Amino acid sequence: MTRHRGRGMASINYPIGMNLGGDPSQALVHSNPSGKFTVALSSIDLGQGMKSVTRQICAETLGVPVEDVYVDTADSDTGPHCMGSFASRGTHRVGNAVMAAAREARGVMMEAAAEELEVNAADLETDGRGNIHVKGAPHRSISTKDVAIAAQFKQGKTISGRGIFLVPLSDVDPETGEMSPATCYAHACLVAEVEVDDETGEIAMVRMDSAYELGRALNPRLVEQQLVGGAWMGVGHALYETPEPYYPDPVHGPRDFVEYLMPGPGDICPHDIAVLERPAPDGPFGGKGPGEMCANPVLPAVANAIFNAVGVRIDDLPITPEKVLRAIKAQGGARPQARR
Amino acid sequence: MTKIPLQFRHNGRDVAIFVDGGTNLLVALRELIGDITPKFGCGQGGCGTCSVLIDGELHLSCLTLAETVSGRSIETLDGMKQGPNLHPLQRAFADNFAAQCGYCTPGMLMAAKALLDRNPSPSRAEVVEAISGNICRCTGYEPIINAILAAAGGRVSA
Ligand code: FES
Ligand code: FES
Repeated sequence: MTRHRGRGMASINYPIGMNLGGDPSQALVHSNPSGKFTVALSSIDLGQGMKSVTRQICAETLGVPVEDVYVDTADSDTGPHCMGSFASRGTHRVGNAVMAAAREARGVMMEAAAEELEVNAADLETDGRGNIHVKGAPHRSISTKDVAIAAQFKQGKTISGRGIFLVPLSDVDPETGEMSPATCYAHACLVAEVEVDDETGEIAMVRMDSAYELGRALNPRLVEQQLVGGAWMGVGHALYETPEPYYPDPVHGPRDFVEYLMPGPGDICPHDIAVLERPAPDGPFGGKGPGEMCANPVLPAVANAIFNAVGVRIDDLPITPEKVLRAIKAQGGARPQARR
Repeated sequence: MTKIPLQFRHNGRDVAIFVDGGTNLLVALRELIGDITPKFGCGQGGCGTCSVLIDGELHLSCLTLAETVSGRSIETLDGMKQGPNLHPLQRAFADNFAAQCGYCTPGMLMAAKALLDRNPSPSRAEVVEAISGNICRCTGYEPIINAILAAAGGRVSA
């Protein structure tokens, strides 16, 4: 019995959101009389941090403290339309919609403040701490709370804004047939190191090293948590998870988490991640989205690492010990490739 | 079916309920006591999100017959907060981004508490072992392990 080490690499381009036109998300932003703002969305935060990131985007655009923004998500009965939380589209699509809505709301807020201060709205700026003042004359100031009260009880205005983000339809070039399937792409490269036991076929993850380019990281800690966690979903798909192990024959399909195998705490290995930031021209503050792509490069990198370790090329997921053993047997033993 | 009267301590309070024979502790806690912090993940012992402490020991409430906890003391995540303050483990989970969807979190916290209550300064391997009955789809475990080690080492903000 020998344990063979192998290293494999994969690079991916990942399109953000759905392609070729459409893919809308809408947002509504309004203030209440306390000068705090609510963002209404139908989009769902399923733990990836959409609420946090849209809250930041809204606060930054309005020019108010992040504590003054509340994000109300996930009611498709009463909220504005959203295509959903998938395709790594949340930050980009929903973020852009929130930005547009917040921009419109900011316009109304500044007009209302201008009326109170008896100046031109163009001469006003926000300090990001809940005040609006005349440029160059910070003592001529009014709080966003007082602006909200004045707008609602005196001026009869709603400080509110509507936003939608819609991808323009990509036309087909009649000469070449070319079109732009997506407006922006994120990129990743991941190196996986594995250890393959040629007697049991078992595969252990030894380490991962990766680099991700995903526009500006609007919330670096949330980006990191996505990348750290998502890599293990990738390992799960590479090595363990399938609803139909003998597809299309449904036999031995898992019925619960005892049979549907996933990585456990004892399976994890060190993972070193570098985040490169190249702001996307059409992203909210340059953000793209780390969503699904955090799992994607892991699968081919692991498959390549297994080939490097024992010389078997498995192109059928998940790469179970059974498949590895059968392939090793078929080629008459493990054939470690040149160490990379 | 006749109901069985059952008394036990729930997060330091005496409670009395009537259960059907065969009711598991998870259902008793969630539906009869109204404590929904233990989650239903699989109902078969495979995921750990229903974990509770029974007399300080970690158990899967989905596999525990409610009748068997008569007179015993049950701790759930609902009792972890100390007054208005988060428990150091909860603080550490927040600081270390150890929850995303949060579905595994109640079980992870109870498994971590069971560990730290009997071993206040565990090694990394002991932490891994302690949460090995719990699965997490989102975090990749690393932040959870780091959070538990941080709580054990007192490296938790306030
Ligand atoms: S619900 Fe008890 S272990 Fe999954
Ligand atoms: S945080 Fe989602 S399962 Fe652990």
